[in-house]
Amino acid sequence: MSTLYLNARVLRGDRLIGLEAELPLKGITVLFGPNGSGKTTSLRLISGLERDSEGSIRFDGQIWLDSSAGVFVPAHKRPVAMVFQDSRLFRHLTVRGNLEFARKRANADGPQIDVHQVITQFDLAEFMDRWPDTLSGGERQRTAIARALLSRPRLLLMDEPLSSLDIVRRADVLSYIEQIPEQFGVPVIYVTHSIDELARLADQLVLIRGGEILATGNVQDMLARLDLPPLTGRFEAGVVVQGVITETSAAYDLTLIDIGGATLLVPKLGLPPGEAVRLRIRARDVALATHHPEGLSIRNVVYCEVAEVVRESDTAFAEVRLRVGEQDLRARITRAAADDLKLQPGLPVYALIKSVTLDRRLLSAPRGGQRQ
Amino acid sequence: MTGFLQSLDMTAVWLTVKLAAVTVVLLLLVGAPLAWWLAFTRSRWKPVAEALTALPLVLPPTVLGFYLLILLGPAQAPGSWWVSLTGSTLTFSFTGLVIASMVYSLPFVVQPLAQAFAAVGRGPLEEAASLGAGPVDRFFTVAVPMSLRGLITAIVLGFAHTLGEFGVILMVGGNIPGKTKVISISIYESVETLNYTQAHILSAGLLVFSFLVLLAVFTLNRRFPFTAGVS
Repeated sequence: MSTLYLNARVLRGDRLIGLEAELPLKGITVLFGPNGSGKTTSLRLISGLERDSEGSIRFDGQIWLDSSAGVFVPAHKRPVAMVFQDSRLFRHLTVRGNLEFARKRANADGPQIDVHQVITQFDLAEFMDRWPDTLSGGERQRTAIARALLSRPRLLLMDEPLSSLDIVRRADVLSYIEQIPEQFGVPVIYVTHSIDELARLADQLVLIRGGEILATGNVQDMLARLDLPPLTGRFEAGVVVQGVITETSAAYDLTLIDIGGATLLVPKLGLPPGEAVRLRIRARDVALATHHPEGLSIRNVVYCEVAEVVRESDTAFAEVRLRVGEQDLRARITRAAADDLKLQPGLPVYALIKSVTLDRRLLSAPRGGQRQ
Repeated sequence: MTGFLQSLDMTAVWLTVKLAAVTVVLLLLVGAPLAWWLAFTRSRWKPVAEALTALPLVLPPTVLGFYLLILLGPAQAPGSWWVSLTGSTLTFSFTGLVIASMVYSLPFVVQPLAQAFAAVGRGPLEEAASLGAGPVDRFFTVAVPMSLRGLITAIVLGFAHTLGEFGVILMVGGNIPGKTKVISISIYESVETLNYTQAHILSAGLLVFSFLVLLAVFTLNRRFPFTAGVS
């Protein structure tokens, strides 16, 4: 596993973007924050495109930046490839020419990446002789990602690669992206402000606000934390839960998912038992009861324990973190309800999760269940 | 017919073509870095450099020629330095004409190049850098092919404009057959000596050639598979 050590700054216009973190890079690290929070500049800082950067950046013992010693390794000498929002394919070259451009300049000490595997994996065989201008947005982005991989990077940076695509194509390209770390052995830093992409891709989360890193950590822990500002506004706040499919009930078209300590029911997924999946549960879709409720249409009633209660002084609401086995849920209820139920850490409660809110679109098909 | 051709000032034709070719090649070497700087700089001196580059477009050739005559003459530093180096003067020499033509045709080469480089933009160059291409590599494999249209325009305009040069050459080079007597000067001289046949042939030749070159450029431009920039 590689480690990226960051203690670097760059002045962008009149705004200072400063990064301080030590990131163990495995799988996909999502750099998450609202627009204008400095995400893109952060990637440019890491990739070496910001010449005026100061401080120090190290990657696995390589020094990429050490301004006190006058060291700045320029972009073309860092073993990093970047995929931009606008695919930035070279228009004077065909798809084949674009891929060749990267292959010819590949890092000699980067991971071994097989050209044919990349072409197959990204379904590019039929496009090889096409010009970039004749490709659809999704095809362009697939080509751009394939091209970046062929430069054999030790780290792949992706700057909102889906933002120029429509929803259907997004889902398509997402399925190509999530396989990258496992298929090619390249860790990814992925910039987005979309909670959907975050929930689907992230192994690790780096939260960025106002040009600095607010928090870093495991995605499940981070989403469950109540002390961080809401990631996308309170409406979408929630947690990501991992589970394994146990069985599918054909009679009711429901799939059972074991999340460790509880079983959730979701509309049939068409995935075999044993597959690992990730589910997103929004805080506003979780209600609480202190006794097991009877006569209820909600199927997902999970016995859990209150871990933390945060009452928002400026609104009618309170956020509650709940412990289920090894995982967390979040519930957003009114302060009045929290007081009424005398919620406090340690109290056993039933979480009522509306099964309809377990959105199939967010269920990430597994990376073989090997990851955690 | 043979006598006709003999009477034609072929020396002037070849001299003109040689002057235009040498000027364009040297201008590309000097103009490309200047155009690159103009396209990408964020310096506050950029407008000054742009204005200086465009000056030859608006100044009367006699003004340019006058200053060049003084600068290149043996009384001033550049001219006297050249004399001490080579033993001959820059004024009234082919070398002097090349220098004068480079100044005169500078905007015709630099402006299309700068526009083309600016149209390519930083995007593809940054992408190339992130894929491992160094500065020289990405100039020749990304910037140049993407600005091919601008490059061809620069070459053709630079060449054609030097072909048509008159005032500056008259001031700096005079009228020495085989050394400084180019087509335009030869036409002027033919008219002065009432040799209208010669003037007709050279003028018509220049007219037709210039038209064909421009036609070729505009046709080529239309057929280009892409314009500069990224998709």
